[in-house]
Parts: sequence; structure tokens; C-alpha cells
Amino acid sequence: MEIIMAIAAGILTMCAVYLILSKSVLRIIIGTGLLSHAAHLLVMTMGGLKTGAAPVIKDGITQYTDPLPQALVLTAIVISFGVTAFFLVLAYRAYQELGTDNLEEMKGTDTHD
Amino acid sequence: MSLLHLAILLPLLVSLFIPLLYKKIRTVHTGWFVLLVPLTLVAYFSQFLSQTMAGKTVVATMKWIPSLDINFIAYVDGLGLLFALLITGIGSLVVLYSIYYLDAKKEALHNFYVYLLLFMTAMLGIVLSDNMIVMYLFWELTSISSFLLIGYWYERERSRYGAQKSMLITVFGGLSMLGGISLLSLLSGSFSIRESLATVGTYSNDPLFTVSLVLFLLAAFTKSAQFPFHIWLPDAMEAPTPVSAYLHSATMVKAGLYLVARMSPIFAETPLWFYLVSSVGMFTLFWGSLNAVKQVDLKAILAYSTISQLGLIMSLLGLGAAALQVEALPDSLYTAATVAAVFHLINHATFKGSLFMMAGIVDHETGTRDIRKLGGLSQLMPVTFTIATIGTLSMAGVPPFNGFLSKEMFLTGVLEVSESGLFHLDTFGLLFPFVAVIGSIFTFVYSILIVYRTFLGPRQIDKLPKKPHEAPIGMLIPPLFLVSLVVLIGLFPNLLSNTLIRPAAEAILPKVVASGGSIPVEIKLWHGFNLELFLTVLIISVGTILFLTLPKWRSLYHRMPKQISLNHQYDTLLRRGERTSSAIHDTVMTGYMRSYLVYIFGFIVVLVLSSLYFLDAFRFDVNPLSTVHTYEVVLVLVLVGSALSITFARSRLTSIILLGVVGYTVALFFVLFRAPDLALTQLVIETVSVALFLLVFYHMPEISRKEERIKFKLGNAAISALVGLSVTLVALASLSQRSFASIAQYYIDNVADLAAGGNMVNVILVDFRGFDTLFEISVLAIAGLGIYAMINFRKTGGIDK
Repeated sequence: MEIIMAIAAGILTMCAVYLILSKSVLRIIIGTGLLSHAAHLLVMTMGGLKTGAAPVIKDGITQYTDPLPQALVLTAIVISFGVTAFFLVLAYRAYQELGTDNLEEMKGTDTHD
Repeated sequence: MSLLHLAILLPLLVSLFIPLLYKKIRTVHTGWFVLLVPLTLVAYFSQFLSQTMAGKTVVATMKWIPSLDINFIAYVDGLGLLFALLITGIGSLVVLYSIYYLDAKKEALHNFYVYLLLFMTAMLGIVLSDNMIVMYLFWELTSISSFLLIGYWYERERSRYGAQKSMLITVFGGLSMLGGISLLSLLSGSFSIRESLATVGTYSNDPLFTVSLVLFLLAAFTKSAQFPFHIWLPDAMEAPTPVSAYLHSATMVKAGLYLVARMSPIFAETPLWFYLVSSVGMFTLFWGSLNAVKQVDLKAILAYSTISQLGLIMSLLGLGAAALQVEALPDSLYTAATVAAVFHLINHATFKGSLFMMAGIVDHETGTRDIRKLGGLSQLMPVTFTIATIGTLSMAGVPPFNGFLSKEMFLTGVLEVSESGLFHLDTFGLLFPFVAVIGSIFTFVYSILIVYRTFLGPRQIDKLPKKPHEAPIGMLIPPLFLVSLVVLIGLFPNLLSNTLIRPAAEAILPKVVASGGSIPVEIKLWHGFNLELFLTVLIISVGTILFLTLPKWRSLYHRMPKQISLNHQYDTLLRRGERTSSAIHDTVMTGYMRSYLVYIFGFIVVLVLSSLYFLDAFRFDVNPLSTVHTYEVVLVLVLVGSALSITFARSRLTSIILLGVVGYTVALFFVLFRAPDLALTQLVIETVSVALFLLVFYHMPEISRKEERIKFKLGNAAISALVGLSVTLVALASLSQRSFASIAQYYIDNVADLAAGGNMVNVILVDFRGFDTLFEISVLAIAGLGIYAMINFRKTGGIDK
């Protein structure tokens, strides 16, 4: 299963990078969202996908899944959400001020220096 | 800190008070206060003469950075003292001269004297330091103070050009010297010159020793204006004349000679040292004298003549080393050449200093230095004329002046080397006297040219900007003093031999002294009839013929194409360097985010894939893997399918919704992977994110809403495929190379007992690893505040106004 997940994370990363290399700001943010999904899945996968019970103490169960990667991913999800939200509003403000969504048009000109 | 250290730093300390003196006391020329400094120092350094004559040395240590073996060790021996006396002695004369040369009302005297005193400390520091790092420090200080002095009239374009050029070239040499010092101290284990010398035999076979030698020579050649680094010196003539006389004839340009002399005991037994020092010196002698003849500016002639004379001294320092290389040569050549070098060093300082001052007087009193406008000034300026005559005749090597003696000694050395059958090729060895004689002939020509075109010949007063008359007496005293030395040394050559020359030569050749030998310094005015005398006659007669026919062959100089001149090469190099770097910058820094991302991703791919390859990490161990379930395969297909469709989606709305699909699928994965908290969080956050995306999409302006697919670009596709591939490969490689068990068991065992909780993930987040959570909360808070600020603080009507 880990091999399949590793390949899936690879494909997700590929799509994310492809989107990040595009011109539209919105697509770039979609790309970063995709990239964080890939990263979260990868962390889970690397922690090992062996089946055990969910990491909540229950009498009579000895085999649990690893709780540490879950805690790490939870932190990562919240942080990436914060950053994505900030980026989105930044993109929204950029539309309002510059009137464009095209990154190539946001290039500073000589007079902008 | 001893008195000796205080003496070295005295000019620097005094320079602190110069601006104050200049501003408070306007009635007295600031130079009079400055004059006291070199005079005091001359008196102070003279008292060491008796000690160095007895073969003793003086050492005083001042701790600076003892842990790094960097201490200010002042060391006085014959060589150091000779230079110290030259620096302070000629320094006194130059300060006196500058008092009359620079107008107290028009010039920024405080700047001038601060720079000059800074330079004086720097030079004294170079010649009296035993620690090489400290010497390097002072070495760079001379470059900086020389830069400031050349650019003294900074509003002139040529001054700035000359200052920049000299700075670039001498600092290049200075940095090479730092490299040489580092290598040498690595080999010898010490920064001290004396200590390195004591152990030289143990490391002189190391290949780094040769590299260090070349780096030291680069420093010496750039500072002493040797070919091809001589080009900065003629441009440095934009400095005020006292500066040219002091720095660019008598002191700073001799720092390179000092370095070669000082390092000779360490390096001279290497054949490369002899080859480089003597041939570069010889060629510089030839090239400088050849080029001096075509100049029309008095100071430019003198600059090229300085280059040529420095080449002569340099080649003498190298020729001595020949005795160490070739068995057939008598060891006396070694000592004779060194004595000749030291002798000519003193002679050159006397006559070249006086000649520069003469050029300054002519400039000051007539308003021009162009020899095409000058002429026939001998009756108007008889004293200056006398100075010029004596100085140039000494430079040309005419008896009975001191230049004649050192030239004879130079020819002796050259002839002895050529007779040695060096290199087993008599032809090559013969080049030395040949080049030396040609160089001397041209030296004779330009020397006569200076006197004739300035003081003799037709008078053309109407071309001069000023009405010429004799200079004030204060301006004449320093050059008169110097030319009287020229005559005195010429007539009584042994005047200085025991006081200055022998101790200096002994310092350059410590081996001779150590083996119980002595250095005979007997300079005779009359050698008897020998080959050298014949050569001198030849030089004078051919020189006279060439001078008389000068108008006929002078045009030959203009035949030389401009492209191969070194100045042209230097300018082209600078211009091309600037243009290339700006071209590279313009190509690489496109200003588009996409290019930079391509660089970044490209580097990641190259680094990851190549290190995987070179570390042989492509190993896939299938053993510890978990089993595959149908649910998961279906979910993977949904995940991958929706992710791929985002890239092909025409509308942005579709992309946003597909991203939502990916997010919810990930949440489902979390369910399957038995992570309930993650699944909860992921569901909520994905919902909010998609809502935010839609909000932003809704606010897009009309034009941008025009839907279009991402234009397919093969490069982008390839890079993203490679990035994805590296991620997968790294994941697979690390999966199969796990070395330690997880620490998860600790959390599982202790979560109830230590932390009184049942949900392990939550306990880890708030108890075991609570700090992460604290700062994650801060991240959210900052993001929230940032969003609030972005929306509310605007240019129009916001806090900005």
C-alpha cells in the first residue's frame, strides 16, 4: 500500500508543480493547496500504514496506529490553512489594486524600481 | 607598546589633529605643523644606525590578537631602517615642498595632510613589521591612502579614473599577497617572517611553496609597477606633484622591491624566483624606457622612467639569485647584485625625487607640463635648470653622478650572468646584457629629452599660460638638497656604504652573514678600463645619435596599433566585465516568477536525483509494507484522477471544485488510516478553504474571468514530472531503508499514566509537544491579523493617509 501512496503523492506533487508554474495567481494557490495535500499524505504514509486501532485508548487493544505523524499532520494542516487563507486574501487585494490575475503582468517595470 | 611602535603610529596619531589645526589656525600653512612629524622621525630612526651597523637588530612586540598569533612585532634591521629613513627623510622634503606648492587658501589642506600622514604610517608599518598579517594590513593602507591622494582633486574625471585604476590593480596584488601569506604560514606554522625563515628548509619542497612564491611576486609586481601591471603608474600622475614625488617615485612603488628583498632569503633558492624576478624586471626596464620617449607630458616621462628604473632594481634583486642556481657563478655575484640593488634604490630616490619636484616647479611657474609648449627656460629658471640637469644626467648614467655608479654595477651583474652559460643556452643568457643596453640607451634619450625640451631649444613664451619665473626659495630647497646628495654620493660613493648599504644587504642575505662571511661594499668611481666602461661609452654615443635623429624616427611609435596597448586591454577588460555581468544578470533575472521557480525546481530535481544515483539509494524493500485494500485503491484513483483533471480544467471554477474533491478524498484517506481527528479537521478546513477560493473567484474582475485552459508547455510538464518522480523515489528509498523503530510505543504506553488522557493525538498536541501547538496558534493569529490589515489599511482613506 505504501508504494501506491508514494506514487499517488508523487502525482499530486507533479500536478501541483505544473499549476504553480502557470500564470494565473488563483491556479498557483490551487497548486500550493494540492502540494500541501501531497505533503500531508506523504507524512502519513512514511509513518507506516500498518493497520491497528485508532490512537484512542481502549481496554483490550494493544495494537494502535502511530499517533505521532497524525499530530504532525494536524499541525501542518492548520498552518497551511492559515497561509493559504492569507495568500487568497492577498490575491484578492492584488486583483482590486492591479486589476489583473496574470502574474506575468505583475512584473515591475523600470519606473517601478 | 614601545617607543618604536609609537614612532610608527605617530603620523597616524598626528593626522587626527590635522583638521582641528587647519580650521583653528588659518594664518599658518598647516604643512608647517606636519613637517615636525617626519623630522622627529628622521632623528628618531637615525639613532638605530649604530646598532644596525654593528649587525644588531631591534625587536619590540605589542600584543594584538595573541590567540591567532597576530601581534604587532616591530623589527628594525638594516633593510627596514634604510626604508624608514627614505620614507621619513624624503617625507620631510616633500612636506616642505608641498607647503610652497599647495595654496593654503585654495586647497583642502586638511584632507591632503591627513592622507599623507596616513600613508607615512602605512609605509613605516610595512617596512618595520615582522608579522606578515600586520604587514598586509599596512600594505592595504598604502593602497587606500594612495587612492585618496591620487583622487585628491576629485572633481577631475582623470583623477578619479587614475585613482580607481591604481586601486584595482594594487588591491588585486594585495589580495594575492594575503593568499601568499596564508599559504606560507600554513607551511611554516608562523606569521613571523623571521620564524618562517628559520625553518625554510623543512618545507621548501612543498608544492604550495611555489604557489605562495608566485602570489608574493604578484603583490610585489603590482605595487612596484612591473610589466604588465605598470599601467596604473602613469595615470597616477594626476595626483598633486608632491604626491607623485613621494609615493610614485621614492616610497610606495618601492614597497614591492622591499617585499622582494625581504622575502629573498625564503624564496630565492627556488629557480622560479630567479626567472620571474630577473626577467620581469629586465623587460620592465626595457619597456618603460621605450615608452618614456614617446610621452609629451613631463610627469608621464618621469612615470615611465620610474617604471623602467624599478625594473632595473627588480632585475638586480633577481640576478643575485642566479648565483644560487648555477654552480659556475661565483657567490660574489649574489652579494654584488644585491649591493647594487640597494645602492640604486637610494640613488633613484634622490634623483627621481628631485626630478619630480623640478617638474612640479615647471608646472607651477609656467602652467603647463607639456614639453611641446616648453623650451628655452634655462635663463629664466637657472636653479631649476641646474636641478634638472644633474638629476637627468644621473638618471642617464653619466659620470660623475651616482646613477653612473649603480649603472656600472648593474652592467657587471648582467654580464656575469650572461657569461655563466645559463640555461645551457648561451643565446638566451646573452639576452640579458642586450636588453639592458638597449634599455639604458633609451634611458639616456629620454633623460636628455627632458632637459632639452624644457630648458634649452627655442623659447616659446607665448604658448605658456603663465609668465615663467624662478620658483620661491622654499620650493627649491628640497630638490637642491636631493641633487646635492646626487653629486655627493657620486663623488664619494663610499659615504653610505657602511652606514646604510652594508646593513641592508646583510639583511637581504642573512646566509652570508650566518656562514661567517662578510659583504664587501667597495664602490669605486673609477673602475679602470673594462667592458662596462666601454658599454657606457656605447650607450652615451648611440643615445646621442638617437636623440639627434629623434624627429625622424619618433613617428614609429604611432605605428603601434592601439589595440595591443595594455591600457586599451585594461579598459576593454573592465568594460567587457561590466557588460558580461550585466548581460548574465539580464538573462538570468528575468523578473518573471516562473523563471525563478523553474530554476528552483530544476536544482531540486538535479540534486535529489543525482544524490540518489551516486549514493546508490534505488533500493526497494517490499517486506515491511502493509497490504493493499480495494477501498484505498478506489480512493487513490479518485484522488489522482481529480488532481490530474485540475491541470486540464478549462474553467477555474472547475479547478476549485476539483481541489475540494481532492481535499475530501484526503479526509477519507484519514478515515481509512485510522486518524479521526485528522479527518475532522481536514473536512472542516477544506470546506472553509473552498469557500474562500469561491469568494476570491467571485470578486475577480470581468476580464480575468475569461476562461482559458493552461497553455501546455513541454518544459513545465517535464519539470513537474521530474519533481513528482523525485518525490516518489525519495519516499520509496526511505521506506526501504528505515533503521530505527518508531518512538510511538512510548506515547502509547504513557498517555494514560503520565498525561491522564485517552486520545493520543490530542495529548501529544497539548501535552507532550504542546509548544508546537502554541506557535501554530500564533501562526493562525498572525494570518488573521495580516488578513485584517490587508483589507482595512488601504492607500485610499486608510491609515496610510
